Amino acid sequence: MSAKPMNTSRRAQAGKAVDLPALYKSMLLIRRTEERLATLFADGEVPGFIHLSIGQEAVSAGVMSNLTKADTIASTHRGHGHALAKGLSLEGFFSELLARREGLCQGRGGSMHVADMSVGMLGANGIVGAGLSIALGSALAHKRLRPGTIAVAFFGDGALAEGLLHETLNMAALWKLPLLFVCENNGWSEFLPSEKQIAFTLERLSAAYAIPYERVDGNDAEAVALRSREIIEAVRRSGPAVLECATVRVRGHFEGDAQKYRDRADLEDVAKVDPIMRCEAVLKKTRMSDEALQALDADVRSAIENAISVARAGQDPDFERAREDVYTPQGFASP
Amino acid sequence: MTEIRYLRAINMALADAMAEDDTVVVFGEDVSEAGGSFGASRGLRDRFGPDRIFDTPISEAAIAGAAVGVAMSGLRPVIEIMFMDFITLTMDALVNQAAKARFMFGGQGSVPMVLRTPHGAGLGAGPQHSQCLEAWLAHVPGLKVVCPSDPASAYGLLRAAIRDPDPVIMVENKALYGMKAEVADELPVLPIGKAAILRRGKEVTLVSYGASVHICSAAAAQLEADGISAEVIDLRSLQPWDEATVLESLSSTHRLVVVHEAVEAFGPGAEIAARMADVGFDELDGPIVRVGAPFMPVPFSKALEGRYLPDAAKVVAAVRRTLA
Repeated sequence: MSAKPMNTSRRAQAGKAVDLPALYKSMLLIRRTEERLATLFADGEVPGFIHLSIGQEAVSAGVMSNLTKADTIASTHRGHGHALAKGLSLEGFFSELLARREGLCQGRGGSMHVADMSVGMLGANGIVGAGLSIALGSALAHKRLRPGTIAVAFFGDGALAEGLLHETLNMAALWKLPLLFVCENNGWSEFLPSEKQIAFTLERLSAAYAIPYERVDGNDAEAVALRSREIIEAVRRSGPAVLECATVRVRGHFEGDAQKYRDRADLEDVAKVDPIMRCEAVLKKTRMSDEALQALDADVRSAIENAISVARAGQDPDFERAREDVYTPQGFASP
Repeated sequence: MTEIRYLRAINMALADAMAEDDTVVVFGEDVSEAGGSFGASRGLRDRFGPDRIFDTPISEAAIAGAAVGVAMSGLRPVIEIMFMDFITLTMDALVNQAAKARFMFGGQGSVPMVLRTPHGAGLGAGPQHSQCLEAWLAHVPGLKVVCPSDPASAYGLLRAAIRDPDPVIMVENKALYGMKAEVADELPVLPIGKAAILRRGKEVTLVSYGASVHICSAAAAQLEADGISAEVIDLRSLQPWDEATVLESLSSTHRLVVVHEAVEAFGPGAEIAARMADVGFDELDGPIVRVGAPFMPVPFSKALEGRYLPDAAKVVAAVRRTLA
């Protein structure tokens, strides 16, 4: 059995054109945010662990450009891009990463657990692969309550080795759930290259479940947006699909990882496929002036600095308030 | 009054919850077409249809993980894990996802899911189909754990669990499934975290939950014949547990025995004994004694399993020890 081909490109190109400036802006917001997070982390202003998705922004920007607010996503430990592209408040995001009471999660989650239910962002996740079955459940609820709405499970190539992927693919296929599996294959699972961990391809795995599979250059925002558009429309109508986005990891597994296990040449190569540079080159050729690009960058930076100022002015969370919130306060929905 | 079995009470609670709230959905292995491995959901598919109750593959991790996503997205799932031993396969979804979601997302939402699962030995089911692992779950902030001892509490606690906004594990001793009892025609929903005093007594308090409650009642009857008056408390809920009721009883009897089928070491009784040794220190006239299973896997042979399980004689011996 082979994966059902989707032949998305022709029909997608016939549809509405991709809004490249919007994709560019979405990617730039993620990039500039993570660059600032790197310095804030180095300066000790962001505690804990952070995992940056620099170099992978096109996946978040491209996929999310085709989702509505009602669509839900389950993210990963490397999830800042997913969160921002899904439309989280930038101030709430920075306040959370700076561990403030005003943060989206009141300073209890941090980078690895940032979530915003109001925009359908069901959480970054510190457990590799765990978002898969959460998205499965969300898709199940959509099918029953909100036909036409979908759930998206983001996962890295590291999660290919998790057994939960099999269970989730199987159930999604059995029940024809509106669930899009988006694998961000950056070639690295923590400190080991994928080829030392994975003995199969996601294409062949998808074929085993007869789930439609597409592979796309994950560093080409326009391609991700175009391909995912039609795939997502198909998922809304008829059931699950897998989209594998080939991308690169620029930074270490976590901030502070010196990547001594990695060839210098490999690190130089990843810079050449930078999705933002590529998008910028296209924009310069066709639509946007240097001044307009600079103005956009200045806008993004200013929004980020503003959010950081707000976060810095925030307060520490209150311990008693946190302790009281382990369970839903009683008096609501209880006998 | 009518007489119903424990399993029927669970079935009624599921049906009444599904009738009351059409966001309640039930899924798990063989719960729908077969009506449940033990028959707890018999007839529900015919009444509510396959969108409300459906079978899953044998994928415990994804069943529990999906329940978390379902609960975050507007439905109230009730899942069944066929034997409590199999919760090992659901632990990430329970411990890292369901239990923490409300807290770690800053109270943005809750995860109103229920996991029903049978525990308990005595049926010769062997080491991987008999364990009482409720202490693991009661140890996790964010989870609630209930363990009913009879048909009325099975009904009342399951209704409460399904209405509860947070994740609740309902542990059912499978040896009780066939138990019959008289119940009121209108069964009440019971509050989670509230114990019941089943028998008043003066000289010792016996605290337990689930099937062990009946061992305590039998022990209390034997002790009464010997002129010893024992109070019997059915905790009903383990997380949260009704510390106030236990302390109040201890304050009148001054002696405490905690009984459960779970392995004694690091079991729920350890928490109860430790709390009472602390907040009830001034009330104690004797050692707090625990009766639980020995520190070994549940054996298969009746010859071994009989020795393994707590029984009334062990409870009576424990009472004599604290009274000595």
